[in-house]
Amino acid sequence: MILLSPFGALGRATLALMAVVGRVTLFALTALSHVLRPPFYGRELGLALLNIGWLSLPVVGLTAIFTGAALALQIYSGGARFNAEAVVPQIVAIGMVRELGPVLVGLMIAARVTSSIAAEIATMKVTEQIDALVTLSTDPMKYLVAPRVLAGLIVVPLLVAVGDVIGIFGGYAVATGSLGFNPAAYLKNTMDFLEPLDVISSLVKGCAFGGLATLMGCYFGMASGRGAQGVGRATKGSVEAAAVLILAANFLLTGAFFSL
Amino acid sequence: MIDLSHVSKAFGENHVLRDVNLTIDKGSSMVIIGGSGTGKSVLLKCILGLVPPDSGTITLDGQDVTKADRDAFLARFGMLFQGAALFDSLPVWQNVAFRLLRGSLKKPRDEARAIAIEKLRRVGLKPDVADRLPAELSGGMQKRVGLARAIAAEPEIIFFDEPTTGLDPIMAGVINELIREIVTEMGATAMTITHDMTSVRAIADRVAMLHDGVIQWTGPVSQLDSSGDPYVDQFISGRAEGPIEAVR
Repeated sequence: MILLSPFGALGRATLALMAVVGRVTLFALTALSHVLRPPFYGRELGLALLNIGWLSLPVVGLTAIFTGAALALQIYSGGARFNAEAVVPQIVAIGMVRELGPVLVGLMIAARVTSSIAAEIATMKVTEQIDALVTLSTDPMKYLVAPRVLAGLIVVPLLVAVGDVIGIFGGYAVATGSLGFNPAAYLKNTMDFLEPLDVISSLVKGCAFGGLATLMGCYFGMASGRGAQGVGRATKGSVEAAAVLILAANFLLTGAFFSL
Repeated sequence: MIDLSHVSKAFGENHVLRDVNLTIDKGSSMVIIGGSGTGKSVLLKCILGLVPPDSGTITLDGQDVTKADRDAFLARFGMLFQGAALFDSLPVWQNVAFRLLRGSLKKPRDEARAIAIEKLRRVGLKPDVADRLPAELSGGMQKRVGLARAIAAEPEIIFFDEPTTGLDPIMAGVINELIREIVTEMGATAMTITHDMTSVRAIADRVAMLHDGVIQWTGPVSQLDSSGDPYVDQFISGRAEGPIEAVR
């Protein structure tokens, strides 16, 4: 029996994991079905677009510009080891657009938006506001979840596009300001090297990450336990799950776009 | 008429409701009393469909509530929650007019606002409260706003979950009076859960005592003091000794 107990524990953990995966999948499918079916709550969608998109611009912009600038310095110093300093514009562009732009924006959204959604909805649950919505003939999935998920799907790709541009500009500023690159040549190299698939992959990743980040915030908020501890656990769990899922989805999408 | 027949509900090993049978006549005010954690709120949420019962049936005017059209069913109800459960992000008038701004009862915005202000006036709040946020109000004012929201769509049935919890005695008396007046003038069926005996005497036509998951006693409020039921006697007199185990 003692020899078998690790297998029992492994089995229980696997079953628990599968149960969570099942619940999250059902929640996601229900949420997406509500995105497509009326009634639609325009005010809630507008507020979610404002909160997730517009109000995230400062943190996305600052993250992107510093990352682009650091990337330019790294590529320049690393490339110098084999006389490849000139590739800074191309690598900054491809690095930001294909990888760092979407991932960093996704993680910033997980930190800023997922946590906020989870805490807000969990607090609403703890204070019976979710029950109040139901008694007022309003489906919380439609009123709270669908607008936030739709806003994530719409606005995060736009944030990723903004982050890509600002990140490239960060690299441009450092390269032309302190590394001696010609501004016009830098921009030309950047534009010539990027392909449509790079931009498409970046936007698709943004859409996927926006959906994951908002879904995790909503799921953990709706599944929150009681009291302040329940809200805290929901918030922490939502950010952890969103960050891990964003990185896993990034790997899968990168493989789907570029492994062929 | 609301009729509960053999309703049971358990959360894991915790059997909150065990074979509950209860009838609430149309137009009457039923108050459910019982200690904390005896399942009063769960009973109320079972009727509303917020918590599905494990067994038994709940009917409203003879129709099984689990088979009724949800929107039409819920449109007949108003509810005042224990902590008022006002939506933090909406100003007071939009909280009150929530049901009137969307769904099947939707009205033009100006009309919904006018109704909200009228309902706020009915519960003793001035129109200038309408544009404030719930967080800017005192506990008593929040309860009044919750009451205004509960009656905004003129429901046939109103539920009150611990309406005076957390209020000072004077404000609790005001809320009790408001509930009694509003229920009487609307001709609504009311169901209140509370352990505040002042509320019971002010609001109830009939009283039911819930303890250990079952209805221990039910009868008119006038017979509460002479019920002869040891559970009711202990509860209304607030004694630590008796059949209800008091944890010290």
